[in-house]
Amino acid sequence: MTQVSMTVNGKAVSGDVEGRTLLVDFLRGGLHLTGTHVGCDTSQCGACVVHVNGIAVKSCTMFASEAAGAEVRTIEGMANKDGSLSVIQAAFQEHHGLQCGFCTPGMVMSAAALLKENPKPTEHEVRAYLEGNICRCTGYHNIVKAIMAASGQDVAAIAAE
Amino acid sequence: MYAFEIERPSTIGDAASALGHDGAQALGGGQTLIPTLKQRLAAPEKLISLTAIPEMQGVCIGDAGEVCIGGATTHATVARETAKSYPALSGLASHIGDPAVRNRGTIGGSLANNDPSACYPAAALGSGATIVTNTRKIAADDYFQGMFTTALEPGEIITEVRFPVPQKANYQKFVQPASRFALVGVFVAKYADGVRVAVTGASEDGVFRWDAAEAALSRDFSAAAIEGLTASATNLISDLHGTPAYRAHLIKVLTKRAVMAAA
Ligand SMILES: Cc1cc2nc3c(=O)[nH]c(=O)nc-3n(C[C@H](O)[C@H](O)[C@H](O)COP(=O)(O)OP(=O)(O)OC[C@H]3O[C@@H](n4cnc5c(N)ncnc54)[C@H](O)[C@@H]3O)c2cc1C
Ligand code: FES
Ligand code: FES
Repeated sequence: MTQVSMTVNGKAVSGDVEGRTLLVDFLRGGLHLTGTHVGCDTSQCGACVVHVNGIAVKSCTMFASEAAGAEVRTIEGMANKDGSLSVIQAAFQEHHGLQCGFCTPGMVMSAAALLKENPKPTEHEVRAYLEGNICRCTGYHNIVKAIMAASGQDVAAIAAE
Repeated sequence: MYAFEIERPSTIGDAASALGHDGAQALGGGQTLIPTLKQRLAAPEKLISLTAIPEMQGVCIGDAGEVCIGGATTHATVARETAKSYPALSGLASHIGDPAVRNRGTIGGSLANNDPSACYPAAALGSGATIVTNTRKIAADDYFQGMFTTALEPGEIITEVRFPVPQKANYQKFVQPASRFALVGVFVAKYADGVRVAVTGASEDGVFRWDAAEAALSRDFSAAAIEGLTASATNLISDLHGTPAYRAHLIKVLTKRAVMAAA
């Protein structure tokens, strides 16, 4: 066991980890931040996406010790300071971008990473960016619509609601 | 996963000495190795992370105009930083896997792994790149030695990859949507002294050069120049996603598309 320290959602945290402890296990098991989900554990589904130093990564495919000293952001850190939903979260609610919600934390984190890189993506760019985020419920249309709406674009003409 | 320790050295020298010990293995972005460890297909005692070594990061232009990429540079960084200097390479990097994979996976890890369906081996062989390690320089033509097999010695580290920049080039990837790897991928590059065509995803022997197409395209760089050729189906991969004959067909179609996109 070694001690690892990092900043998670603006708070300094530390804990004991093994070499093989995955970042997602440290977040969920060590810090009880269970908003980050494990859908596949095989690097395919994106339910576990978090930001490490502002970059979207699959937290099931990175060791906790590799995030030593990093700024980590999870779905628990996405709401506004007063607890109200952020623009992206509110757009998912408004446009029915989730059904069971299992993929949603990863979808929101990927969406936030996309909009930081590309504030006004086209529908094609949104779909391409979500390549690694799998949803078994929605059929994606409303997720794409929510992200387009969160980017401030008119979504009346996009996909069915 | 079996238990192991992780070290994060900050110089190539420290990483090389750590990798000199039995049971030590390099860790790049972990996008291949971590899934492998989870399946208990590897049991290292110690992982030596190469991602905290500044000398192995980033893209620069070498003295002979070649694009030099640090061995631990992520696919996302390559995609961004070679967009002007080598657009075909940038395009290839920007279509590997998905954004989160590209944010962690590294060029050195991809070339060391030499997955028969990976994209970078096609770029390295198709560009006649040089694989630079902590001990020597290896020409791409000598580096790839079959599926998951390379010229690397145990503990040897890919520190840099140097790509001579072609006059024209393009990579065509026929995506296998479940894995996001190439079902077949073809990299075509036209240099002053001839054309190189490298094929990934198709052969039981890993990435290879399609000699007949190279000869034809070196004479006439047009899709029509290879119209009369047939890629051989001998020794091509047969799996649930495609027969050898189907892959052979794709090789020609993708080569033509790559030539048209490059021209
Ligand atoms: C969902 C998904 C989709 C993917 N899609 C594609 C795709 O479309 N195309 C594609 O090409 N790849 C794809 N990949 C693989 C991805 O590109 C990996 O990042 C890459 O193959 C391995 O690089 P890595 O840095 O992650 O290496 P690691 O997983 O850390 O290591 C892989 C191997 O290389 C060794 N190694 C690592 N770095 C070095 C080095 N510098 N020198 C010597 N040895 C080293 C390790 O010891 C290990 O044996 C995909 C992966 C996933 C999970
Ligand atoms: S749980 Fe990490 S990608 Fe599916
Ligand atoms: S809402 Fe159920 S998996 Fe996406």
